[in-house]
Amino acid sequence: MSATGLHRAWRVGSDVDTDALAPGTWMQHGVDVIAQHCLESLRPDFASGVQPGDVLVAGRNFGIGSSREQAAAALRHLGVAAVIAPSYSGLFFRNAFNLGLMLLTCPGCDVIHEGEKIAFDPRAGTVLRQHGQTLQAEPIPAFLLEMVEAGGLLPQLQTRFQTRTP
Amino acid sequence: MNTPQSLAQKLIARAAGREEVAVGEIVTCQVDLAMFHDSSGPRRLQPMLEQLGATIWDKNKVVLVMDHYVPERNEDARRIVRIARDWARDQKLPHVYDSVGICHVVVPQHGHLRPGMFCVGGDSHSPTGGAFGTYMFGIGSTEMLGVVTTGEIWVQVPRTIRMRWYGRLRPGVTAKDMMLAMIGRFGMNGGAYQAVEFCGEAVRALPMHERMTLSNMSAELGAQVGLIAPDEITREWLEAHGARDVETTRWFSDQGSVQEEHRFEGSALAPQVAAPFSPANAADVSQFAGKKIQAAYIGACTGAKLEDLRFAARVLRGKQVAAGVRLLVAPASHTDRDTAEREGTLQILVDAGAQLLPSACGICAGYGDSFAANETVISSTARNFKGRMGPPSTQVYLASPYTVAASAVAGHIIDPREVLA
Repeated sequence: MSATGLHRAWRVGSDVDTDALAPGTWMQHGVDVIAQHCLESLRPDFASGVQPGDVLVAGRNFGIGSSREQAAAALRHLGVAAVIAPSYSGLFFRNAFNLGLMLLTCPGCDVIHEGEKIAFDPRAGTVLRQHGQTLQAEPIPAFLLEMVEAGGLLPQLQTRFQTRTP
Repeated sequence: MNTPQSLAQKLIARAAGREEVAVGEIVTCQVDLAMFHDSSGPRRLQPMLEQLGATIWDKNKVVLVMDHYVPERNEDARRIVRIARDWARDQKLPHVYDSVGICHVVVPQHGHLRPGMFCVGGDSHSPTGGAFGTYMFGIGSTEMLGVVTTGEIWVQVPRTIRMRWYGRLRPGVTAKDMMLAMIGRFGMNGGAYQAVEFCGEAVRALPMHERMTLSNMSAELGAQVGLIAPDEITREWLEAHGARDVETTRWFSDQGSVQEEHRFEGSALAPQVAAPFSPANAADVSQFAGKKIQAAYIGACTGAKLEDLRFAARVLRGKQVAAGVRLLVAPASHTDRDTAEREGTLQILVDAGAQLLPSACGICAGYGDSFAANETVISSTARNFKGRMGPPSTQVYLASPYTVAASAVAGHIIDPREVLA
């Protein structure tokens, strides 16, 4: 994953919780249905308007609340290329990488505008703004980068169990 | 030992097969117990296990609890719970608790937790296990798949943030008030996914159910775990619940192992209330006094254990719920409900006008039942996010069972000490 593509930014505020990402009333359904209601209490235009490759730029404490990994799966289902926020719930952070959703921890991301086109490079730990400004993101442990690039933990486990089988 | 080790470090080192571990390092731990429920468990795990062609690493170390979609209200719920039951039968799982209460209460009440263990749960309130000196934290279903197929999980050894409570809580003040005060002060991510450790005289004096409330709502502090060093109270409770010969002496933080400590005076704490839509919107009950309510809810793993029901009964004895207010009580487990029934606690609640609900996650999980639009509710549960327990217009205030019960009697939010006096 390099800083080649340009990604349109969707802005949300701080403390976005898992009930906002994967509302409880839709939790009995599959991720395809839950994704249609992702963030509807905060941004009713998001699920229907987001395009594959777009990024979500949020305030601090993104993903607080439940362990439901559908919160991360819904964003991945919608094609969100990455979430960029100053901080995350630790539980959501694990879930996102396990589900193949890239998270960039970027303390200065608040300057990014709604609709702005940005690029990012997780290995370099950088977010590049439309007008050339570079924002620093925290380094991601190598094993998590490998996991997210493999598409999550499930594909990794598949490789592991296939290799074991004679 | 070369470096002083915190309780969290000792628990991780044991699970990693190491003498000691350093804060910040990433280690792989052997899991002693994996707990999951009908929502996070079989319906998500089964298809992925089939896809992998893998089997459960150790069925004896797996506990399945049906608590989120029970009792089944509709076809979707029936389908989800049926998957769990069929899978439990096909897999011949030895530890299954079906519709007998909420996982975080049921699991320790059946002797599955003991000090020194390293456990994961498919639910965010899994830090409840920390009350027993167990390193226990919540994970998602895909990560649970990794655990049930390999028996392993990685952790980054956390710093310990110590919360030291001096003195004793005043009558009418509870662990829930302590927790709301801490969440109000540090925020919902103040724990920064580190280990929080509760200690001090006020914590030592708490019975196990109250300690469980502290550890449970470490989730709302954003901590990975919420630990309490086990002592004689822990040992006695566990022995009474089927976990015999537990070892408590090793499991404490060495002197010099904890760099960050916050101090609180227990006797100075007033009952707390958290306003919509965050547990971090907490302040003294006096800030919200007089706020009219239409419903009062005593429920969930954090707010309807036996001790919580007793708190409510102390307020409600000989009193009646105000006209125009519904008081709903969903005991956290059948064990708690049955004890409350035997000792007369439940009758006091019913006589006061409380409506009893099944022992399940219920309205707190927001997976089915909910409060009505525009209703104002006071609740002993853990989260009051917008849209969680009803439509986005439902206003949920969080408080202790004392405050919830007293407010139900008054018809508005009130300091429970005015009713108890």
